[in-house]
Amino acid sequence: MSDKKTLTVNGKTVEFDNERNLLEVIRNAGINLPTFCYHSELSIYGACRLCLVQVTTGDRPPVVMAACSTAPAPGMVIQTETKEIRNMRKIAVELLLANHTVDCPTCARSNSCSLQKIAEQLGVTKVRFSKRTQIDPIDTSSPSLDRDPNKCILCGDCVRVCREVQGIGAIDFAYRGSKAKVVPAFGGDLGKVECVNCGQCAAVCPTGAIVPKQDGYKVLDALYDKSKTVVVQVAPAVRVALGEYFGAKPGENVAGKLVAALKLMGFKHVYDTTFTADMTIFEEATELIERISKGGTMPMFTSCCPGWIKYVETYYPEFLPNVSSCRSPQAMFGSVAAETLPQQLGVDYKDMFVVSIMPCTAKKFEAQLPKFRRDGRPEVDVVVTTSEIAQMIDSYGIDFNNLEPMAFDMPLGLSTGGGVIFGASGGVMEAALRYAVEKLTGEPLASVDFKEVRGMAPRKEATLNVAGMELRIAVVHGLANAKALLEDLKAGRVKYDFIEVMACPGGCISGGGQPHGVTNKLRVIRQQGLYAADKANQLQKSQENYMVDLCYKEHIGGGPGSHKAHEILHTAYQDRSQVADAKLFLHKGDAAAKFPVTVTVCTKDAEAPAALLGMLAEHIKGRDYAGRCDLAAAYTAADQAAGTVCVTVGDSFLGRTNFSGAGDAAGFKTITDAIDQWFAQN
Amino acid sequence: MSDTLEKQGTVEKTKEMAGQLAVVNEILERNGNDPSRLIPILQQAQEAFKYLSKEVISYVATSLGLPVTRVYGVATFYAYFSLEPKGKHIIRICDGTACHVKKSHGLLDRLNERLGLNSDKLTTDDMMFTLEQVCCLGACGLAPVMVVDEVVHGRSTPDHVDEVINKILEDEKNAAAQ
Repeated sequence: MSDKKTLTVNGKTVEFDNERNLLEVIRNAGINLPTFCYHSELSIYGACRLCLVQVTTGDRPPVVMAACSTAPAPGMVIQTETKEIRNMRKIAVELLLANHTVDCPTCARSNSCSLQKIAEQLGVTKVRFSKRTQIDPIDTSSPSLDRDPNKCILCGDCVRVCREVQGIGAIDFAYRGSKAKVVPAFGGDLGKVECVNCGQCAAVCPTGAIVPKQDGYKVLDALYDKSKTVVVQVAPAVRVALGEYFGAKPGENVAGKLVAALKLMGFKHVYDTTFTADMTIFEEATELIERISKGGTMPMFTSCCPGWIKYVETYYPEFLPNVSSCRSPQAMFGSVAAETLPQQLGVDYKDMFVVSIMPCTAKKFEAQLPKFRRDGRPEVDVVVTTSEIAQMIDSYGIDFNNLEPMAFDMPLGLSTGGGVIFGASGGVMEAALRYAVEKLTGEPLASVDFKEVRGMAPRKEATLNVAGMELRIAVVHGLANAKALLEDLKAGRVKYDFIEVMACPGGCISGGGQPHGVTNKLRVIRQQGLYAADKANQLQKSQENYMVDLCYKEHIGGGPGSHKAHEILHTAYQDRSQVADAKLFLHKGDAAAKFPVTVTVCTKDAEAPAALLGMLAEHIKGRDYAGRCDLAAAYTAADQAAGTVCVTVGDSFLGRTNFSGAGDAAGFKTITDAIDQWFAQN
Repeated sequence: MSDTLEKQGTVEKTKEMAGQLAVVNEILERNGNDPSRLIPILQQAQEAFKYLSKEVISYVATSLGLPVTRVYGVATFYAYFSLEPKGKHIIRICDGTACHVKKSHGLLDRLNERLGLNSDKLTTDDMMFTLEQVCCLGACGLAPVMVVDEVVHGRSTPDHVDEVINKILEDEKNAAAQ
């Protein structure tokens, strides 16, 4: 007992151990100091000045300090509440409010805003400072996120989560003092920079300065349109978080009530993305086994997470051949719905409207990608987040808590436990192992649990002995952890066969579209909700999903890996590595919608790419698409493989093409053929 | 529009920019490609190009493996860095306490009027002059102080400002005539 360290908080003796600051000690003692800029998983910033406390050490006079950036010391006497401190906190909040667009009732964060809550808690009833008059434009360029700089309180949470947890840094502080703001590069559009749309910035934003794009009105329009048959898919992670909005216990599985609510809203058929998660396992495990047996590119990465996909496309295009070509479960559902539902439901495809309910903001980005379009429209028409659907259910006046649960509609509503755990980090890996181990050994699995891939550890690794073969697996979540793994792989420090990556910490259960206030504790509770749903399901292995089997037999070429499956369940990736490069536009088209043809130029050896750009200029000049085409050079210091160039058109990657210089007519023809063809199709 | 689609011109423009960025390569190498030397790298780049263009900022960022926003943030944080091209002649008016009391505003007003500039427009359209207000030049004994192209003009007056500008314009005219 005697070696315990203690200090005093408001007259009470409090023990402490390795807490990283006074704030943690004080919160452990049951005093919830207000903060905007403090998150336990991020670095300490000390900007908001709300966690001020009075600290007395020894016989020195008391001083007011920020608890978040003060180390606890034995014998400290802390007072969390004095007249002086309360006034300081109130002034800080008043100043923030004076700089803030206070349009609370119409703000997407109206019921989950920390500024609103803390102002109320502190009893701020009037703002004594005059309002800021300058209004900055709202950035709506991203399909996933909207940014309203006028609601930003400069706490830097988004900046730090993007840099520290995701290893990206798509937004940062610019300018200084009263002119300081949080912006993407050059104060430009979020939709045009390295942002991978994960929405973790929106998840930590205390106000409505960054919010998931609100697309609910599009769903309502479709529901009101009697000519439309509106069907909906629900992602696994939604069911263990949605209830929080209606006051349910965190982690409680409210899938049944959600189905009932959606039916009341007028959704004709309610399906489960878990169905296509199971289908993903069929395809992805088949792909893995094929890569192993036929000596394909290894290791293989999972491809369910569109945030991860955009990350690897942007930062590590050299690993794209390692990424499974399987579409995400959402995108698989889009194509399976388009293939099977019109016939089954007796509706024209054009009258069918497909909605997704996702925990994820990156899925909004994914759904609008040109490669996931069919007959001129997206296969998934609209993606709404968990928070959006909660708000919509509420807007219908539905008493969610007292709904009688209903089951998902068949056949695209049947699921196994393997599909459900997709929403937790490690879940895709575990479901794939349940499939692959059984296939490789040819014997039924004794135990379906692979607990070594569960939990919140930054990197989870295991080596399994399967049919006399060693299978080395790894699971990472949070893109900074993925980055560390990729660097280890590149340097040869580690060796794996199969790797699962999820962009968000803990997996989809803490996606950017989930209800607010996520902590590591809540992440684990939501994960446990999914594992409980897995256990409660009679079917725990994806391969036991007989409806998926039937769907393959009737519609998708008989089984996984078939030609038809490759056509509708797989996809190709693009190289986005040019996005941040210094660019020089050599030609600007004059049409309204333009697509850039971009050639990467290494500044150390510009000869061949410069020649190519010259030849392309001449080539484009004579084409009918000259007006729709920009021509640009993207400069890099990175050495390019000799005799090759990197060319992209619009959103497509033409590949690293052989082109050795001005005399290479064959190389040039390959490139121009691809460009001509691309413009003919777009 | 299609007049920009010339083969030779495109090749030359591409190479010209590559050449400019090759200067950045040298700066990066001199600093060991070390991201923690970002500020000296930006200082040296600004010395080379007189300002930090979007291309230079992006190129420095991607070469050092830093997010472009990070470098943009540093470049906009420090008043020393300029993201706009500057004029041939740079005039700095001190507005430190001593100069302010000694009516440095009179110098600024005269220059703004003379050159058609204001607080948002710091460089003349012909790229001849850039006018900057600085906090203190450390020559308070000479207040009010104006520095023109690194030459210090102490105890300056609006009329003196006119003389300096007239002299520069005349020199420029003579140089052009030759």
